[in-house]
This record gives sequence, structure tokens and C-alpha cells, in this order.
Amino acid sequence: MKRFANFVWKELLHILRDYRTLLILFGMPVAQVLLFGFAITNEIRDAKIAILDFAKDNTTREISNKILSSGYFMLYENLQSPNDIEPAFRKGKIKEVIIFEPGFGANLERFGKANVQLVADASDPNFANMVIGYTTSIIADYQSELSKGKTLPASINPEIKMLYNPNLKSVFMFVPGLMSVILLLVSAMMTSISITKEKELGTMEVLLVSPLNPFQIIVGKVIPYLLLSLVNTATVLVMSKFVFRVPIVGSLPLLIAESTLFLITALSLGILISTISNNQQTAMMISLGALMLPTIILSGYIFPVENMPLILQWISNIIPARWYIRIVKGIMLKGVSFNYIWMETLILFGMTVFFIAVSIKKFKIRLE
Amino acid sequence: MGENQIISVSDLTKKFGSFTAVDKISFDVRPGEIFGFLGANGAGKTTAMRMLCGLSLPTSGKATVAGFDVYRQTESIKKNIGYMSQKFSLYEDLTVKENIDFYGGVYGLSRERRKEKTEFLIDLLKIEEARNKLIKSLPLGWKQKLAFSIAIIHEPKIVFLDEPTGGVDPITRRQFWDMIYEAADRNVTVFVTTHYMDEAEYCSRVSMMVDGRIAALDKPEKLKEQFGVGTMHEVFVKLARPAA
Repeated sequence: MKRFANFVWKELLHILRDYRTLLILFGMPVAQVLLFGFAITNEIRDAKIAILDFAKDNTTREISNKILSSGYFMLYENLQSPNDIEPAFRKGKIKEVIIFEPGFGANLERFGKANVQLVADASDPNFANMVIGYTTSIIADYQSELSKGKTLPASINPEIKMLYNPNLKSVFMFVPGLMSVILLLVSAMMTSISITKEKELGTMEVLLVSPLNPFQIIVGKVIPYLLLSLVNTATVLVMSKFVFRVPIVGSLPLLIAESTLFLITALSLGILISTISNNQQTAMMISLGALMLPTIILSGYIFPVENMPLILQWISNIIPARWYIRIVKGIMLKGVSFNYIWMETLILFGMTVFFIAVSIKKFKIRLE
Repeated sequence: MGENQIISVSDLTKKFGSFTAVDKISFDVRPGEIFGFLGANGAGKTTAMRMLCGLSLPTSGKATVAGFDVYRQTESIKKNIGYMSQKFSLYEDLTVKENIDFYGGVYGLSRERRKEKTEFLIDLLKIEEARNKLIKSLPLGWKQKLAFSIAIIHEPKIVFLDEPTGGVDPITRRQFWDMIYEAADRNVTVFVTTHYMDEAEYCSRVSMMVDGRIAALDKPEKLKEQFGVGTMHEVFVKLARPAA
């Protein structure tokens, strides 16, 4: 045990001494979250919209002014008939059309109820979602101002229609994807590099000749990166909560437990990579090419799995991050309990056992 | 196996598929001896050495190291041997002190013992000013001597040196061999592989491996006499190219 502790300490020294890598490891999650955060908050400035006003009364004018003066939207054109909507979108300039029903103000006055339709270009689903969100909240704001001091509350009913991608399946839920990518990068790539580094330097042989057993060596290498990755997980969670206000609806302990499972999956992948590569470059190339790329592209992180060709959908099944992303989305955004994600958990667990078994086998063969 | 043999090998064989890397080698090494293990690249030196260190299981044959069986008692073997690879096997991004401390810890030395050893080695190698310097900033010769000292930090019965003098200048090599002699004087058995034939002259006994077999094994003087030549280099050339 003392030997083992000694070994872990040495690994920590390696990591601490290489402060550039350390900076990248800790800085990367922060930078990525901020990058995503600003990319998104900046784009909602001055989004071009069109208005089709059938009512043309004071109320609709007031609402329009309120929307246009918010700084989020810019009037691109006023439409005259419903037939203009489709061509307006086709031109690709506008992101949203707001349609007020005929007699909007009168209806609101008389029945306390009026309809407005919001049509958004959902070919960019994240953006469409935000545009609608902003518009809806401005209208709600107006509505509550209007209701002040009145007995009968005025109710404006925004009717929302997403064009081109009605189900909005890839809503901006990149936080789970980001977490999986960062955890994979730190865990799998860094572990595989640190193990192959020992091979390259010839120190691995000395360790193997020493009384330390191979199991201790591997676990000792993995533990510091496990800690590091847990810190990174926390960073991403905290940042996404404050930058994006992404809620953690479900149980935090469950989320942490599932993340730890995924970490172990990633670490076992790292060990596997290190057993098949003889130098750091190879380890890095395999990690990036065979791990990171498929994870980014096929896991549902950026492109929804449902929209992929069938063959890629099959392939995506063997990507651990796909299951992890589903778990994280489930817990963070839907607040589901373990009952709903046991299958994903089981798959990740199975993958981990498989990777470890193969690594042990490979490791032994190499020793021969 | 007699009393006076610290390594005893008989008919040791290692096959990789149909390729026989080590073919029925037999030899004994006596305590305190400097045993030279020579051969061309690919002759099977490294494979044989790995089997003796407990890194690789033999296909057949028998061998004991420090009295322990290479099939069943590799853990005990590992506790009783030291090992230094051709790459010096120190951590470049750790300091001299940290390296000594780490390897001492791996071999189970207590904290106090490690401290003692650190002071002793720094004093012995006269590297006081380098105590807290990273290994990568040290000259090659220092690294090599430090690596050897660390390989025997736990005072093993046998130390295996795998081409320990690769890429080092002749003066440093000479100094390095002085250290080997000192270790042998303290009754540490030294098992060394090398490419340098002048180094073969320093060994108590030398074995020459050719194509997985031991082609010759004796004191350097005897070998030279037997082949009627003046240097170990000529012995090697005669053995490695029997047709010539």
C-alpha cells in the first residue's frame, strides 16, 4: 500500500510539473464553456424578423415596437399576406415571422384574449428556439403590464410553429456533449499518453521488473487522472449553470455517479489504447482519430443521431459517449431517476468491463 | 543447483510461434561475479534476460535466480534483483531527490532509509548542487551513474544491466565500470549485456550468444587463448561469423 501511495505521488508530480499541460487541462473546459456561451448570446443581437400584421391597431403596434426596441430583433420587412411568409424565409435573411390575427387589439379588449403566431426558421434549431423564447418572453412582459390594475387579466396566446424541423430534436443541449468530450480527452488521451511515455522512456520495464505488480502500476497511473477529470466535471457543471443557466433538474449525486462510471469507461479506453501503441504520438493519434472524432460527430453531441444515415446510427451505438450523453440529458434536463437510464448505465458498464478485459489480455501478451 | 550459484540456467528455451529466440541455453553465475552477456543484435540476449528478470515466461527448461524459480516465484525474484535498462530509466521531469525517493519507495524502503540513501548517493556521486535539479538538465554521464546507483538502492543480490553504456563517452564508461567493480566487491552479482568488446574484457566471465545459443562461455583470457586471437573483438567476430 505504501508502495502504491508512493507511486500515485510520483504520477501527481509528473502532472504538476508539466504545468503547460495542466493549464490546458483545467483551462480547456472553462474556455470551451465560455466559447459556447458567448457564441450563443452574441448571435441573438439584431436578429432579422418580418411582421405580418392583420390587425394594424395600437396594441399590435405597441407589441411590435416593444419587440423591435429590445435590441434582440430588427425589422427586415412588413409582410402583407400569408403567401409572403414562405418566400420571405426562402431568401434566408429572416429568422422569424410574427403574425397578429385580425382584430388583435379588439379581441384583447373584448374577450381578454388574442392570438399571435410565431413562425421560426428551425433549420438552425438552437437559434430558432432562442428567437422564439425571446419573443415569447417580451410578449408575456407586455401582457403583464397590460393586466396591471385590471380585474380580468389580458391573455395573449402565442402560437408557435417551427419550420423545417418541427420537433427541435437537437435543442442546445451541448453541455452533456461537452462534458463527454472533455472527460474523454482528459481521461483517455492523457492516460494513454502517460502510460506510453513510460514505455518510450524505458521506465516501464524498470517498473515491471520492480516488486510493483502491473495492476498497481495501471491503477496508480489512472487515479490522478480520475481526480483531475472529476474536477473538470465540476467545472463544466458549475460554468454551465452560471453561464447558460442550464438547470440540473435531477439528482446531483446520481449525475456524479454516472459521470464517474463514464470516467472509468474513458480511462479503461485510455489503458486499452496504451497497450496497442508504442509511443506517445501513436497514442495521441489513436485517441484523437479513433476516439475524439467519432465522439464529436457520432455521439449526438453536434449532429442528432436520429438524422444520421442508418449505418452511422448503428455505429453510434458502440460509442460510449452516446449513452453518456443520453444519461446526462436525462438527469440534467428531464430530471429522470435511475429507472429511466438503467439500460444506458448497463451498456456503459458492459463496455468498461469489455475494455478492461481486453486491456489485461493485451498487456499480458505484450509481457510475453 | 549448487550452493555457489546465484543464477542457474539449464536448457532454457523461449519460442515465439515457430521462431526460437533462445535455444536451450545453460550456464551458472557465481555470487559477486561480473557476468558478461554478449551477442549481436537479435541473438536473444534481451529475451534471455527478460526471462531471468521474471518479465517473460520460458517455453521450456529450468532456471533459478537468487534461488527462486522463474516460473513460479517471479515476485520473489523481483524483490531480490535490480535492473537498469539501456535508456537509464530515470524520470526526466523529476528531480534527483524525487527519483531516488520514488525508486526507494517502490522497493519498499522506509522513509528514513530513503532519506539516508539520498544523502549517501548525493555525497557518493558528488552531485550536491544537482539535488533539486530535474534529471533532464543533468549530463548523460551523471544520469547513467545515478541510474546505476538507483538500480542497486535496495541492495539486491543481483543487478541486471541491459546495455548500460550506450551513447556514453569512453571516460564516463570507464568511471561507470569502476562503479560496477565496487558493487561486485560488495558481493553484488552483476549480469551485464553489452555491445562494446573492450567492456567484455572487464568481465569475470563472458558468454557469447549466437542465434539463440551460447556459442562460448569462459574467462576473457581463456576465450582469447582458445580462439588464438588478441582481443575480445576478434573472438566475437570469429563466433558471429563462423563461415568467415
